[in-house]
Amino acid sequence: MAFLDQLGILSVTWGSVVMWLIALTLIYLAISKEYEPLLLLPIGFGILVANLPLTGLMTPGEGLIWRFYHYGVEWEVIPPLIFLGLGAHTDFGPLLSQPRLIFLGAAAQGGVYVTFFAAHAFGFTLQEAATIGIIGGADGPTTIFLAAQLAPQLLGACAVAAYSYMALVPIIQPPIMRLLTTKKERAIKMTKSRKVTAREKLIFPLAATMVIVLLVPASAPLIAMFMLGNLFRESKVVERLTDTTQNALMNIVTIFLGLSVGATMSAANFLRTDVLFIFALGLVAFAVSTASGLLLAKLMNLFTKDKINPLVGAAGVSAVPMAARVVHKVGAEANKKNYLLMFAMGPNLAGVIGTVIAAGIFLTMLE
Amino acid sequence: MAEEVLAPLAGKVLSVAVEVGATVEEDDEVLVLEAMKMETVVYAPCDGEVTAIKVEPGDQVEEDDPLVTIE
Repeated sequence: MAFLDQLGILSVTWGSVVMWLIALTLIYLAISKEYEPLLLLPIGFGILVANLPLTGLMTPGEGLIWRFYHYGVEWEVIPPLIFLGLGAHTDFGPLLSQPRLIFLGAAAQGGVYVTFFAAHAFGFTLQEAATIGIIGGADGPTTIFLAAQLAPQLLGACAVAAYSYMALVPIIQPPIMRLLTTKKERAIKMTKSRKVTAREKLIFPLAATMVIVLLVPASAPLIAMFMLGNLFRESKVVERLTDTTQNALMNIVTIFLGLSVGATMSAANFLRTDVLFIFALGLVAFAVSTASGLLLAKLMNLFTKDKINPLVGAAGVSAVPMAARVVHKVGAEANKKNYLLMFAMGPNLAGVIGTVIAAGIFLTMLE
Repeated sequence: MAEEVLAPLAGKVLSVAVEVGATVEEDDEVLVLEAMKMETVVYAPCDGEVTAIKVEPGDQVEEDDPLVTIE
């Protein structure tokens, strides 16, 4: 009898079967459709094993994946390490060459705040509402970072929502972009950006760290690591460190991040009406962010002589570089000799920083 | 009058669609660049004859580097 009690198959519930199907769907999307495979594959597998009964993988204090989750995510180690790698990958040139486009990256955080209030009105606590709102920034590691501190029970759902919407940028954004701009606006050619010197690129991570951390100290873990990675890159004297942070370290932490995030999604945590709300509100957040970036660009055009193509405002969400690519494609549909990619990278990068700052503000106010 | 086709953005040359001596019309495809893992087609700015090609597939180009001359 004792042996039968230990037989997993007798403890299977309907909830776990549904979670298996979700896991297999994510794994399928990752492999066949290549939707964010680096993340959805380990997340999907994490969901699958966490919903096999009696494994104890997520038992606090004992389980293998619980340890990955506890020391990696709850201790806030992994998201900052991801930012270290992102920093080493990032060329801030496009942002520095058109500093005025930074405002578009800030405007695109509009969805984060709108959704924060909306989610609170729907009955989520302030902490949960902030975590849901941050999905609008479309930034996976920042969402996970904030969720781990404010609303760990929503972490899995919010992370999957953020990564799904990142993968769906090419489907969600273009209709909003076409709705809010005229063909003539989309065809606007922007004036050439000035050349950015190596010295500016070197000073930027140092100056940005000091300014942002002095203003919003709670954003320090992410900003500091982001800028350190960038300093490695731009200093050009530590190729080995740049290479490790860009590739080996990034890959290692991605494995543990994906697996642990997936494993937080047990049937009890995930199969709740709340989660449907989170996905719906996350989508609203993302759409509003896209729209507010576009609208600010149009507003700026009323006052400037050098017209901005309003499409680049949509790149203010921080899905780098998907959002910039989408802007480029939609712009090229209106005028095939229009190359918006690099102009869109400016607000796109500003959007990453903007989302981190928004998360820092939430932490300061709500923790 | 010779017109230089300049790289609209930094990237890698994937393929060149024209040859020296070929006649092109405005908006014909001249070459394909890859930047940020995305293909970007560069089109001819004017009608004319290709007199020089300065890059080949695989080359890394910076923004504003001359790619092709059209006369």
